[in-house]
Amino acid sequence: MNPRAQQIQAEVVSNKKVGAYHHMVFSVGDLAQSAKPGNFVAIAVGGASSSMVLRRAFAIYRSTERGVNGGLIELVVAPHGQGSRWLTSLEAHDLVDMVAPLGTHFGIPTEPVRALLVGGGYGSAPLFGLAELLKSRGCRVDMVLGASTASKIYAPLEGKRSVSSLTLTTDDGSAGVAGKITDVLPKIIEENEIDIVYSCGPMAMLAAITKVSESYGILHQCAVEESMACGVGVCMTCVLPVKGDDDQIRMLRSCIDGPVMDGSRVMWDSKGRIPEGTWGA
Amino acid sequence: MSFSFATNLAGAQLPNPVLTASGCAGSGKELSQFFPLTELGAIVTKSIMIKPRSGRATPRMAETPSGMLNSIGLQGPGVDLFLENDIPWLASQGARTIVSIAGETVEDYAVLARRMRNLPGVIGLEVNISCPNVENRGMVFSCHPESARAAIEAVRRNIGGDLPIIAKLSPDVTDIVSIAREVSHAGADGVALINTLLGMVIDTDSMLPKLAQKTGGLSGPAIRPVAVRAVYQVHAALPKLPILGMGGITSGRDAFEFILAGASAISIGTATFGNPTAVTKVKNELESILIQKGFATVAEAVGFAHREVTV
Repeated sequence: MNPRAQQIQAEVVSNKKVGAYHHMVFSVGDLAQSAKPGNFVAIAVGGASSSMVLRRAFAIYRSTERGVNGGLIELVVAPHGQGSRWLTSLEAHDLVDMVAPLGTHFGIPTEPVRALLVGGGYGSAPLFGLAELLKSRGCRVDMVLGASTASKIYAPLEGKRSVSSLTLTTDDGSAGVAGKITDVLPKIIEENEIDIVYSCGPMAMLAAITKVSESYGILHQCAVEESMACGVGVCMTCVLPVKGDDDQIRMLRSCIDGPVMDGSRVMWDSKGRIPEGTWGA
Repeated sequence: MSFSFATNLAGAQLPNPVLTASGCAGSGKELSQFFPLTELGAIVTKSIMIKPRSGRATPRMAETPSGMLNSIGLQGPGVDLFLENDIPWLASQGARTIVSIAGETVEDYAVLARRMRNLPGVIGLEVNISCPNVENRGMVFSCHPESARAAIEAVRRNIGGDLPIIAKLSPDVTDIVSIAREVSHAGADGVALINTLLGMVIDTDSMLPKLAQKTGGLSGPAIRPVAVRAVYQVHAALPKLPILGMGGITSGRDAFEFILAGASAISIGTATFGNPTAVTKVKNELESILIQKGFATVAEAVGFAHREVTV
């Protein structure tokens, strides 16, 4: 549970289409101070008479403690469902019911390390704030972003400033290297002597990155994407099997025990089934 | 005129009639971040089973028009960890707790009832005999009068003392009144109406059911008229049987509808997923409505829709 979470009325400051996505900025007041890379927000969608009863979760792209409009939270939203289409149709000064910041955040090493940040699709969003933070702590930051096609890569100019190298991959070869994100990881890990991998994106991609990072014996912190109904730990729908220090597998909630998790602890091969002996939480 | 928001639910005295619904309030800790649990008439816990339980595979949720399907499958820590961790914590918060229990056999209900004796802060027991997310539909106790009776009798024989027993029933039956009558005769002090309805969503892209386990329980405003009907029917047939009403309540107006139909208290479930402070919103709105309509007590409004009106 994120003890800093609050429910607020957040005002839309701006909403700008960027490629296949919308970059949206919200005025959130003091709440911005407690948002960390990896945290997410949960927004009620559809207005007061909405037939959509569940909140929508979005990773925080960036947070700014003090802007012209006070504290800001920025999101990258893909308008692919009814709720996200409603959200991306909002204009400046519209209000949304937002609960934030939620979930766990990426762990920042105490020593300067060599970090590789890997993002799939708009899963890249939380990595830019993380890159800035790592850079400010003296870390070297390399980044790999992948998507099915060029327009689905989210890589804004200002986000690139904090990274030493940026590699793009697309399934169709329309930008960067043609192929899967994991194809390029071994070379980058070896050449840059990577100590830790941070990732965010579809579950299958995170599972594949876990295999690569395990083969090099390096840490892998990933932000998982399970569909959520509430975002605050009460609905029990966003669960996934995770092995604890005691070797017991438990169904953990990605909204409060995640979204950032140790990739090596997640039982990735569990879609549609649950490992024997798994406990509830 | 003075107004009292207090209500009596099957022998449990509550400061107000607004409760959480089982399985929709986590362990209580999650919501306590948004409001003190003492605000609630009572917190109804997730259904506790004897052993820790993983619940079902994901995806276990699908949003539907004005509702959702879930197939959580009673994920939980098991009774030992629940009694060790959750109950003392809830008591430390001053929460009034109604523990929901669920079993796979009649003997499970007996065992669980014995474990519920003399717990701090626990003011009642909700007996979930109607979870739709079980492997064998024949095991939904409340779908058959005989099995419903057997489960409630097992709890009654083993609970000891005067802890109120509330049987939670399924609307997926031909005649909910006959099931309510059966559990009442078996020793239930009240009934909770309604559990979710069994439903399915098929993904038209993958052309397969959306939920990993294919079926799930439908909840949310979509089921509210079904729930109001069930409360009304049971109250009409068994006016002395206390009812905890639930099913798609998101506002004070919705809650008032259940009270008019015959509920002495109401539970908020799915609305909490969309709004973590739904319970306090409903509570405040309901209080205003009752006062505005001129009721001095909740009891005066219970079943008010059943009165004879002469034109």
